[in-house]
Amino acid sequence: MSIVGTRVVRVEDEKLITTGGTYIEDLREEALTGAVHAMFVRSPIAHARITSIDTSEALAAPGVVAVYTAEDIDLAPGAAGPVAEPWLADGVVRYVGQPVALVLTQERYQLADAAELVDVDYEPLDAVASIDAALSDETVIFPEHGSNLMQEHGHEFDDNAFADCEVVITETIVNQRVAPAPLEVRGAACVWGEDGRLTFWPSTQNPQMARTIIAAGLGVGEESVHVITPDVGGGFGAKIGADPDAVVIAWASRKAGRAVRWSETRSENMTAMTHGRAQQNTVTVGGRRDGTILAFRLDIVQDAGAYPRTLFLPTLTELMASGVYHFPKVEARSRGVVTNTTPISAYRGAGRPEATAAIERAMDLFAAEIGMDPAEVRKVNFIRPDEFPYQTPTGAVYDTGEYAQALDKVLENAGYTELRAEQARRRDSGDPVALGLGLATYVEITGGDGGGESGRVDIHADGSVTAYTGSSPHGQGLDTTLAMLLSDQLGVPMDRITVRHGDTDEVPKGVGTFGSRSLQLGGSAVRQAADEVIERAKQVAAELLEASTDDMELNAEAGMWQVRGAPSSRTVTWAQVAEKAGEGQLSADVWFDKGTPTFPFGAHLAVVEVDTLTGKVVLRRLVALDDAGPVVNPVTFTGQRHGGLGQGAAQALLEVMNYDADGNPTTATLADYSFITATELPDFELLDMATPTDRNLLGVKGIGEAATIGSTPAVHNAVVDALSHLGVKHIDMPTTPMRVWQALARVREAD
Amino acid sequence: MIPAPFSYRRAASVDEALAVLTEHGDDAKLLAGGHSLLPLMKLRLAAPELLVDISPIDELRYVRTDGDDVVIGAMSRYHDLQGDSVLREHAPLLAHVSGVVGDQQVRHRGTIGGSIAHADAAADLPAAVLACDGVLVARGPKGERRIPAAEFFVGPFTTSLEPDELLTEIRVRKQDGTGWGFEKFTRRAIDWAIVGVAVAGGSVALINMAGTPIRATATEEALAGGASNAEAARLAAEGTNPPDEAHASSRYRQHLAKVLAERALVQAATRG
Amino acid sequence: MRVTIEINGRTVTDEVEDRTLLVHFVRENAGLTATNIGCDTTSCGACTVLLDGESVKSCTVLAAQADGHKVTTLEGLSGPDGEQHPLQRSFREQHGLQCGFCTPGMIMASASLLAHNPKPTRDEVREGLEGNLCRCTGYHNIVSAVIEASGQEVDR
Repeated sequence: MSIVGTRVVRVEDEKLITTGGTYIEDLREEALTGAVHAMFVRSPIAHARITSIDTSEALAAPGVVAVYTAEDIDLAPGAAGPVAEPWLADGVVRYVGQPVALVLTQERYQLADAAELVDVDYEPLDAVASIDAALSDETVIFPEHGSNLMQEHGHEFDDNAFADCEVVITETIVNQRVAPAPLEVRGAACVWGEDGRLTFWPSTQNPQMARTIIAAGLGVGEESVHVITPDVGGGFGAKIGADPDAVVIAWASRKAGRAVRWSETRSENMTAMTHGRAQQNTVTVGGRRDGTILAFRLDIVQDAGAYPRTLFLPTLTELMASGVYHFPKVEARSRGVVTNTTPISAYRGAGRPEATAAIERAMDLFAAEIGMDPAEVRKVNFIRPDEFPYQTPTGAVYDTGEYAQALDKVLENAGYTELRAEQARRRDSGDPVALGLGLATYVEITGGDGGGESGRVDIHADGSVTAYTGSSPHGQGLDTTLAMLLSDQLGVPMDRITVRHGDTDEVPKGVGTFGSRSLQLGGSAVRQAADEVIERAKQVAAELLEASTDDMELNAEAGMWQVRGAPSSRTVTWAQVAEKAGEGQLSADVWFDKGTPTFPFGAHLAVVEVDTLTGKVVLRRLVALDDAGPVVNPVTFTGQRHGGLGQGAAQALLEVMNYDADGNPTTATLADYSFITATELPDFELLDMATPTDRNLLGVKGIGEAATIGSTPAVHNAVVDALSHLGVKHIDMPTTPMRVWQALARVREAD
Repeated sequence: MIPAPFSYRRAASVDEALAVLTEHGDDAKLLAGGHSLLPLMKLRLAAPELLVDISPIDELRYVRTDGDDVVIGAMSRYHDLQGDSVLREHAPLLAHVSGVVGDQQVRHRGTIGGSIAHADAAADLPAAVLACDGVLVARGPKGERRIPAAEFFVGPFTTSLEPDELLTEIRVRKQDGTGWGFEKFTRRAIDWAIVGVAVAGGSVALINMAGTPIRATATEEALAGGASNAEAARLAAEGTNPPDEAHASSRYRQHLAKVLAERALVQAATRG
Repeated sequence: MRVTIEINGRTVTDEVEDRTLLVHFVRENAGLTATNIGCDTTSCGACTVLLDGESVKSCTVLAAQADGHKVTTLEGLSGPDGEQHPLQRSFREQHGLQCGFCTPGMIMASASLLAHNPKPTRDEVREGLEGNLCRCTGYHNIVSAVIEASGQEVDR
């Protein structure tokens, strides 16, 4: 019987619930015995010239092995998009948290003592602390570049785009900067062997990419770098590849001739690990009073932070600009600017949540203006099932979707009509606690990088199976998922299947885990490898059973090879086949490169209560339908949705990385940053639907980010909806109590 | 992060603690539950040379009645207080507030004395004790003295305790039959109060509306003059100049103080 | 200074700096690495252990303060015969963990919560775990795991 699609608890958990995982700080490898400890000295100022660095006092402190500054580094500078990003600041610091020096000590407890003694003199420069300040170019962060504008993409806007519209609405929507904040901060350990080869343990989502980045940074060949990924305590996009800090650690290990351990503090992490989102988006939506939208325009400004590491984010936002709607005219352009803030990179959704937040807010603004229910306006404009594959005006080719059906299921199951009635009752009675309903219907792109993935399957002489994947899970439960797929395909029980990943000597080729790509690409690669193994086994089984290869079939229920059409004939086991073939012979190592992006979709409804006297928002319900095609393991599929819902709601309600006008972060510890807790979230209500894709071997789409993308605008819209009868049209995220109160105060004053 | 180096001494009795304080003066810092002090030390915002751990002083861990008063040993933990039957009977406001400080783990370590001596204007218990017209008992080399709460909190993180004195006991009048209310406004449940209001009878104290916990005197006077809860609450921010921060402006805090004061007063009317 | 702590029934004695945090004593001196460090402001709860049976954040307790006391970590939660604690089983069964980093602290905080409130409601579980952050699960399944471990039916 097939186990795919059934509830299977995770094989990963046994260790995690008894002895705990082995994260960077838990590594007890012999090669790391006697390792020194590393800590970066980081800039406390957003923008300044370094006039001097005196390391003498630090060098004299107990246990100090070395203190390195930019002067010591003999590596070619790394690039951050169009500008160079120094390994350690070389004359100018451009954000609070930028590495300035590296301290190595014998003992962990000596690190902070020594780091405090590194004496850096800063001559402050004017800081660029916001998108508007960046666009003004009053202060230019990279004078040699001439402007803070680092990238422009998309098309010129057509002045006549909205000429035929009865109604045109424009709003600027801030998609605020948030901290990915995985529970495990960044860290690494490394040692150089006598053979001149580096072994590097990073907390990463992509070991092979980390190897490439570290080798390139050090100026050595990739064969000289061996990356081993231990358990990873969450990534959420911010641990893709390796940050420049990792290269400095590897370099310092070579320079000092010592094994090195590095683990940042949480307060460092809050400004030194990349942040996410950070867009300012102006939406313009125009159409008819019957709800038909004729034209949509999205003007994106991406704050790239001090070093523009990932300017693909705003172009992804452009790609997904028009969401689930069939708009005749769509225009999108983006600009990427630098500011004196922490660099921006991927965070769960990476470019797509911003697109969805903009379009879904715009739909509600349009609905409010024409006085139509937001659900109805969406239905009028959905792409219909018969239009797939659907090419959007911004160039995405959607595979499959049932957008209207998804919304209808949510509305029905949530009791939308009754909720609207309850809302009306409260409004009529003047209840100070307002009820708000927020909808988001979304589509997103997974496996959007267009790259492939590696997969290898070995059948051993005892009949057990080892699979190797280039995917690099860190909490998603992919070991279980891949083992389930293989168990079904090969007829081998789960406990005889081992899934391995993360060691670049074992898995030399791979892309890793981001963009919800692992199942559709990594899973397809393993499927393809197993297909090849089955083909090879067929010949061996035929020899064993003295039958024709063409007549051989695998009984995947029993895990036996048999002769087709002769069920009562003799059978052979995988072990027999593998033994006959010889150890290591029943193996296939493939690169699955036929995957193209897929487009999961869904509909979310959020119900909030807003205390109009204090501005406090309480999220009461979150009803979510997320369709990512057929489900391999409902356990982990549900887990990914839950996690996404929590993080998405967190952005709408609470979380923001704030800077003051001088570029000082004001939310730089976990005491100040409003990381969402269990108390602020409701139980989630999930609805299921599974529309397959034809774009990979499994028919699946990615689920890692989907629920994050839908929930943010659903919750955001709910807050605004709660206050719409009082005249509030928009509140930027996070919808904190003071923001809500201020919005209410503004409309009262306007009256 | 790891604190800067310090020396650790354990005091098993009040006398022992006082002897260490006398010997070391300003260099010594008392460590009770440590949940205010240790985080500051880990961020290196505080770096005392000597930590005197007074948490083992069992003689300061009690709740009992003493005539018309209920008295609380300074080393009583929030967790002990939230469920203490004597406290729940005679000072239910303090029992309730002890149950909403921080989180479960913090309440297992944090002490009422530590919180009051730390004198954070954003903390819950100082305001609650102020609302009860509590008296803080301090012991020093010259003996014991009793300081009314109104005179105890003199500035941000500053009290009228002398450097060689130890807060040993919190005394409040038995609140039997007195209405009480407590409102704490936060973004997340675990956050410090943006604003809070503690009501005990006709007394109203405010959290985070100044550099110290303060009394809403205009509200109290209005109540005494027969004003309704709503009328009195409208005066709760009178004369205040609360902190102005990115997530909560001064004006917003003043607004909240009024809303929360009314709610706390309404609660008080139904209790006691 | 010399510190002696009974950790998971084993007496661990070591000479440490006065400033040593309990979490480092547990991880480095006792060699028990399940307990993780997730922040430096007593916010995240990843380092939660039981001190004399009650949950504490071991990053905010000095090893010296625990001298002469008993500590239980995740590694000490299973029975002597290796039988898993109901919370260990329920976290797995209800998929109450993903990356696993918050899990040791979350389970220890849950153990303490159930010790004081053996049959909590879902809202009481949420309030009881407010001092423990998880970035992966959205908390829903953690709440379910605690409910299951308490012997109550998980209805969502």
